[in-house]
Amino acid sequence: MNLIIAASSSATFPVLPSLLIVPTAGALVVAFLPRARKDLTKLVAVIFSTTTCALSLWLLSDFEYENHSDMFQFVSRQSWISDFGISWSFGVDGISLFLIVLTGILFPIAFLAVDPEHNDRSYFAWMLLLEAGVMGVFCSLDLILFFLCFEVVLVPMYFLISRWGHGNRSYAATKFFLFTMAGSALMLVGIITVAFLHADNVGGSVTFDLVEIAESQSIAQGTARWLFLTFALAFAVKIPIFPLHTWLPDAHTEAPTAGSVILAGVLLKLGTYGLIRFGLYLFPEASHFFAPVFLTLGVVGIIYGAVVAAMQKDLKRLVAYSSIAHLGFIVLGTFALNTEAIVGSVLQMVNHGISTGALFLLVGMIYERRHTRQIDELGGLQHSAPLMAGFFTVVMLSSIGLPGLNGFVGEFLILLGTFTAHRWWAVVATLGVVLAALYLLWAYQRVFHGPAEKENAEITDLKTRETLVLLPLLALIVFLGVYPKPVINRMENSVKTLVVHIEKHVSGFEEPVNRHSLGEIKIDTQQLEEGH
Amino acid sequence: MFFASNSIPTPEIVWWALIPVIVFSVSGVLLLTVSSLLKKEVSWLAPGVSLTAGIFVLLSSIPMWNRIQNDGPISFLNNSVGTDGSTIFLTSLIAIALISTSILARPYLSREGIPDLEFYVLLLLSAAGGVVMAGANDLIVLFLGIEILSIAVYVLVALHLRKIESQEAAIKYFLLGAFSSAFLLYGIALVYGAVGTTNLIGIRNFLTTSLLIEDGMLMIGFALMLVGLGFKVAVFPFHAWTPDAYQGAPTPVVIWMAAGVKVAGFAAILRVFPLTFASYVDDWQIPLAVLSGLSVVFGSVVAVVQTNVKRMLAYSSIAHAGFILIGVQSSNMDGTAAVLFYLGVYTFLASGSFAIATVVGGEGDSNHDLDAYKGLAKRKPALAALFTILLLGQAGIPFTGGFIAKLGVISSAVDTKYYFLAGVAMVSAAIAAYVYLRILMAMYSENNEGKIEDIHVSKGVWVVAALSSIVVIATGFIPGPFVEITRDAVPILVGG
Repeated sequence: MNLIIAASSSATFPVLPSLLIVPTAGALVVAFLPRARKDLTKLVAVIFSTTTCALSLWLLSDFEYENHSDMFQFVSRQSWISDFGISWSFGVDGISLFLIVLTGILFPIAFLAVDPEHNDRSYFAWMLLLEAGVMGVFCSLDLILFFLCFEVVLVPMYFLISRWGHGNRSYAATKFFLFTMAGSALMLVGIITVAFLHADNVGGSVTFDLVEIAESQSIAQGTARWLFLTFALAFAVKIPIFPLHTWLPDAHTEAPTAGSVILAGVLLKLGTYGLIRFGLYLFPEASHFFAPVFLTLGVVGIIYGAVVAAMQKDLKRLVAYSSIAHLGFIVLGTFALNTEAIVGSVLQMVNHGISTGALFLLVGMIYERRHTRQIDELGGLQHSAPLMAGFFTVVMLSSIGLPGLNGFVGEFLILLGTFTAHRWWAVVATLGVVLAALYLLWAYQRVFHGPAEKENAEITDLKTRETLVLLPLLALIVFLGVYPKPVINRMENSVKTLVVHIEKHVSGFEEPVNRHSLGEIKIDTQQLEEGH
Repeated sequence: MFFASNSIPTPEIVWWALIPVIVFSVSGVLLLTVSSLLKKEVSWLAPGVSLTAGIFVLLSSIPMWNRIQNDGPISFLNNSVGTDGSTIFLTSLIAIALISTSILARPYLSREGIPDLEFYVLLLLSAAGGVVMAGANDLIVLFLGIEILSIAVYVLVALHLRKIESQEAAIKYFLLGAFSSAFLLYGIALVYGAVGTTNLIGIRNFLTTSLLIEDGMLMIGFALMLVGLGFKVAVFPFHAWTPDAYQGAPTPVVIWMAAGVKVAGFAAILRVFPLTFASYVDDWQIPLAVLSGLSVVFGSVVAVVQTNVKRMLAYSSIAHAGFILIGVQSSNMDGTAAVLFYLGVYTFLASGSFAIATVVGGEGDSNHDLDAYKGLAKRKPALAALFTILLLGQAGIPFTGGFIAKLGVISSAVDTKYYFLAGVAMVSAAIAAYVYLRILMAMYSENNEGKIEDIHVSKGVWVVAALSSIVVIATGFIPGPFVEITRDAVPILVGG
C-alpha cells in the first residue's frame, strides 16, 4: 500500500519543481499580505517553509539508493526558451539530496528562531525567494537554469544584509554582491561557450543540458581547462577559497542572525556543490589537472582560517573565519578525487551547515541578550545560562570534529581519502583539526567560563522557543555522529558513479584507493601460502 | 490618350505600410495648425493627440505584422522604402517610447511651466523621423529620417527655457549632432562614389557580385558612416554629449532620447552594416567589436563615479549601447534577433527608470543627486519597489528581461568566437551592477536626507513604471514568445 502510493506519486507529482514553486508562492503571498494582518506574516512564512521542508523530506524518503541505475532521479524537464535550448530541467542524486534536505530544514528553523526587527513582510518575502533560489541551484540540470539560480540568490541576500544587518551592513552587502557577481561574470561566458562548442562538435542544436554535455565530453582538452577555470573562479569566490575570501567575514558579521545561518548553512555550499557538479562532473580532465592547485588552496584555507579565527575579538567573526577553515576541508576532499574523500566532502557540507548554523544562532542569542559580540566583554555566561552553555559545548565540539558527533565523520573521511591520494596535504590539513580545537575551546573558555561580571551575570538562559529551535539541530549533530550510515549509503553510489566518470574520461587516472586495505592484505597472505 | 502616353511614371506606393509615418507626421503638423487656430487653449489636446497617435500606430502594427509575416517583406517607392519584420517591430518600440514620453510629459510640463504644444509637435515629428529610419532602404531616406528625428530632438532638449543646463545641453547636442550628420553624409557620399548607388539593395547586390580593386573610398565611407550613426546611439568614443545632454534635458525628453532615439539609431545601424554591407563583414566587424567593448567598459566604469542619477543612467545607457552593438557585430541572425530583444527590453527599462527620475527630480527638475533618493523606500515603498525591479533589470539580474537580453548578445559574441569581448562585457556588467546598487542603497537607506518632503507621483508615472516593471519581469520569466517575435523580426532586404 505504502509502496504503491510512493511509486505513483513520485511518478506524477513534480516534487523538484515544487521545491522552487512553494517558496516563491510563499514569497508572493507574504509580500501581498494586507498591511492590517501583519501578525500573519511569520505564520504564513513558516507554513510555506515547512511545506518545502516536508517536500524535501518526502524526496529523501522516496530516494532510491540501491538498485537504481539512473544517475539522477525525480527528473523533470520542461522546455523554457526553446530557441536558446534552455529548459527547466531538474534532477537529484545522492550528492544534491542532502543539501536539499539541509536547505529544507534550516529555513524554517531560521524563521522560527529569529524575528526581524522591522519590515517583516519584505524580510520573509526575501527569505522565501532566497530559499527558492538555493533549491534551484541544487536541483537544476540545465547550465543556464543553474546560473540563473546561482546569481539570483545574490539579490535577496543583498537586501537581507543591507536592510536587516548590523553596523557596517551596507558596505558588507555591497562587497558580497559585487565579489560574487564579478566572480560569476565569466562563468556565464564559460557556460555559453561550453554549449556552443558542444553543439559544434557533436552536431545538432545548442543545448544547455548538463548530463548530455558532461557525458559526451566533446570539448578539446586545452579549451576545457580554460572553461573549467571560468567556472572554478565563480565557485572559488562563493565558497570562498583563500585568497578570494575577504567578503565573507564582513558579510557574516554584519548579516542578521538568520542571514548568517543561511549564508553559512547553505549559500556557501552553492560553491562547493558547484565544484563537484559543474567542476568534476562537467570537466573531469581539467579538475584532475588543476587538482593540486585546489588541494593546496584548500589546505592554505584550513590553516589560514584557523589561525585568523584564533585572533578574532568578535565572536561572530571568529565563527565566520572558522567557516573558511571548514570549507577548506571540503575543497580538499573534493579534489582528492576518490570516493571516501568526496563522500566526506558532501557529508561535511551538511555537517557544516548544521553546526555552523547552530553556532550562528547561539551567537545571535548571546548578542540579543548582551548587545555585544566582543569576546572581551563576555565571560562567565555559564553561571546564569547553563543550558545555553551546554548547547554551545555540543555544537562547538561538533565543529571541532569530536568523535561521536557529526563533524568527526566528515573530516575523518576527507582526511582518510586525501591521505590515500595525497599524503602530505592530509598531514598538513590535520593540523587544522588541532587548531580548530584551539580557537573554539579558547573562545568557549573566555565566553562561558570565569567569573561573571555585571551584565554577564544577569543574562537569562535559553527560552523554550530557543531551546526548541536548537533541539532538532542538536539531534542531527548527534545522529549523524553516531549513525551516519543511512546518509553515507545514499551518497555513496552517486559519488562512485562520479569517480567512475572521472576515471573514464581522464586517461591514466585511477581512483586513488588504499592499497593496504584488508582485502589486499588477504590476497597477499594467499600468495604467501601458495609460495610455501 | 494624350495624357495616358505622357503621364510621368510615378513609383508604386504601398500606402498601408506608410501608416505609422503618416500618422505621426500628419498628426504633428495638424496639431500645430489646429491649435494655432483655436481661440481658447485646450490643455488636453496636444497630449491627447500624441497619445492617440502612439496607440494607433502601436495597434496598427499588429495587422501589418501579420501581413508581413504571411506575405513576406516588401519594398516600394522605387525600392527606397521597405517594410519588413524589423521595421514594424522597431516602429512599435518607437510608438511605445512616444506613448510613455507623452504620458510622463504632461504633469512634468505643467509643473515646470513649459508650453506643451511645441513639445508634443516636436515629439511626433521626431517619431516620424525614427519610423522613416526603421524602414529606409536608401541612404538618402535614411539620412532624411535621421535629420527629422534629430532636429526635433535638438529643440526638445532646449525646451526648458528657464534652465541654463537645458540650453547648454541643447547647444552641445546640436553642435556635435551637426558634425555627426556631416560625417554621416560624407560617408554616404563616399559609399555612393564607390558603388554608384545610394539604394541599400543596389549597394548590397553590387558588393556581393563585384569585387572592388580599390576599396579605400568604400572603407572610409564605412568609417564615416559608423561615426555618424555611432553618435546617434551614443557609442564610445562618440558619446561625449550623452551625460551633459541627459543631465540638462527635461527628463521626459531623456526618456525619448534613451528609448526612442536609440531604437531608431540602431534600426539604421542594423540596416546599414549587417544587411547592406554584409559581404564586407570582415572589414567592419572588428571595429564594431572594439567600439562595443570600449563602450561597455567605459560606460560601466565611469557610471560608478557619478553622483547624479541622471548622469549615472546616461553612462549606463552608453554601456547598454555597447551591449547592443555586440549583437550587431556578430552579423548573424541570432545576433540581430538579440539586438532587437535588447532594444525591446531597454525601451521599457529606460522608460520606467526615467519615469521615476522625473518624479524624484521634483520642482525645477534639479533634484537628481543620489542623496535625493535617500529614504525613498520609506516614503514611497511601492515606487521604490518598482524602481528596484527596473534597476535589477538594468543590471541584468536573472529572471528579468535584462538578463535574457544580455544572454542573447553574449551568446552572439561567443558564436562568432569573440570570447574576449564576451568576457570583457560580462566583467563590465558586474562593475555596472555597483551603479545600480548605489541607487538601491540610497533608496533603502534609513536616514531621510532626501530633500523631497512629499513627492507627488502622478497616475501616469505609476502606469509607466508599473507596466515597464511587468514587462521586465515577464520577459525574464517567459522570454520564449518574445524571443520568437524578435526572430521573426530580423530585417531582410528585398527588392520590390
